[in-house]
Amino acid sequence: MGSVGDVTPQRLLFDEALPLRSGARISDYELMVETYGRLNEDKSNAVLVCHALNASHHVAGTHAGVEKSEGWWDNLVGPGKPLDTDKFFVIGINNLGSCFGSTGPMHLNPETGRVYGADFPVVTVQDWVDAQARVLDRFGIRKLAAVLGGSLGGMQALDWSLRYPDRMGHCIAVATAPNLSAQNIAFNEVARRAIITDPEFHDGFFYEHGVLPRRGLRVARMIGHITYLSDDVMEEKFGRQMRSAELGYSTHDIEFQIESYLRYQGDKFSEYFDANTYLLITRALDYFDPAREHGGDLSRTFASANCKYLVVSFTTDWRFSPARSREIVKALLDNKRDVSYAEIDAPHGHDAFLLDDPRYHGVLRAYFERIATEFDPPLPSQPLTAQVAA
Amino acid sequence: MSDRAVMEMIAALVPAGARVLDLGCGTGELLAHLQAAKGCTGYGVELDDANVLACAQRGVNVIQLNLEEGLAIFEDQSFDVVLQLETLQNLRNTEAMLRETARVGRMGIVSFPNFAHWPNRLQVLAGRMPVTRVLPYQWYDTPNIRVGTYADFEVLARKCGLRVLDSFGVQNGRSVRLLPNLMASMAVFKFDRD
Repeated sequence: MGSVGDVTPQRLLFDEALPLRSGARISDYELMVETYGRLNEDKSNAVLVCHALNASHHVAGTHAGVEKSEGWWDNLVGPGKPLDTDKFFVIGINNLGSCFGSTGPMHLNPETGRVYGADFPVVTVQDWVDAQARVLDRFGIRKLAAVLGGSLGGMQALDWSLRYPDRMGHCIAVATAPNLSAQNIAFNEVARRAIITDPEFHDGFFYEHGVLPRRGLRVARMIGHITYLSDDVMEEKFGRQMRSAELGYSTHDIEFQIESYLRYQGDKFSEYFDANTYLLITRALDYFDPAREHGGDLSRTFASANCKYLVVSFTTDWRFSPARSREIVKALLDNKRDVSYAEIDAPHGHDAFLLDDPRYHGVLRAYFERIATEFDPPLPSQPLTAQVAA
Repeated sequence: MSDRAVMEMIAALVPAGARVLDLGCGTGELLAHLQAAKGCTGYGVELDDANVLACAQRGVNVIQLNLEEGLAIFEDQSFDVVLQLETLQNLRNTEAMLRETARVGRMGIVSFPNFAHWPNRLQVLAGRMPVTRVLPYQWYDTPNIRVGTYADFEVLARKCGLRVLDSFGVQNGRSVRLLPNLMASMAVFKFDRD
């Protein structure tokens, strides 16, 4: 199994305004896109990979000359990997409102000449999916072999299957939910309040003040991080380990290793993530609820679906528990859809969807191999050796 | 369901084009066969990771669930046929599962080892729990936590309000209709709700 190697993102400009769910429109926006593998002749081997909260278009491979720049799903996507780039043409798109190159709160608002900041419109999962559909139009891809996503990415995959059912063959939704629970929304709200009440937030226009609400972002990330791990993994990794043998009798200093770990994660995150983007994305999560338009009836919601589904959950994921995935599966069963469901007994909690558990990757590999039998292989210029190695 | 002949025998009970739920579908062999040979659709339910993977490799829809937790995910009468082949004897809540099978499917087909097969009776008479090809485990390590007989099932079926449409024993890949409780190591029942 290899890496897709060095990859270069493309910046696509869209001048036709995109109508957003909120009623706002956004025009002259840019989306960052990366692709891996080759598109076959009839453009039937494309897989869209949707990213989760803090990721981007950089799904696999490395950026030339940048250390530790492997894409966030590099263990899954590549030559000979479960999502095999010798067979599939894989597309990663950075969502609108993100802070990784696509038009977002850090960009200039053409209407005011001022950085968007808090003026950036609230975007929803549906808006992202609509923007992604335009990227496919740009590539001339009418129908995707599959849409794949984990967590918030899984919500996008589900939304794809509900609103563009004829534009995809398979929906692969991992570690996700048909909507957020009150507890999920509560965690998001705590994270948002941490950011908004940071004295350096300046109502979202902190860029103009030359400061960053790092404290708020740190706390937001710490909260989030706790929910991504399972109690068992945290216990195993950190337990009650102390930094020193003696109690320090301090409430400010780091005493326990878990504190050190959370602070490290928070610090790292606050250096690269944008506060307004965090607010927007957590809100998009809160809003996602496709059944809302169907009186809360998830079975009726999935009546419009007609692709095939693979749903995957992890037993220790308490943020998006298996019970939430089973709700999706039930709705699909009620509509007699083709669906497979794997409930992976992994210890890692929600984060498991990013790790390479052999049972999890085995199921994905088998499923993608099945999809690959449905279309012609990529262009003949494909190096044969790579296929043999796979 | 490794025995090809038994698989064919069970498949013959399933109407062509039926929507099938196979509870404890193993590697999905029977479902794949029903799809290819009889145009059936449906799902397997399986708990074991390796079997779930095998189903995915075969292109069979599989839902990873623990049958002990019930079939709440499936609606009433949502399948033409519910199969429960050599799984009932591994489940704690046998009676509840049987009722659930009849709730979810318009027709049910179950198979299980017949404890009353004559070699088993001999071994019990000799004072030992039977160990045979169909019941290959010692009493202390068997996954078969419910050992019943062909005759016992008829009683349970009646209690659960099931109407037996067909039943027979299976021995050496052949159906046994004469004294199946004595002559067959495996029992097969096809039923619907009264």
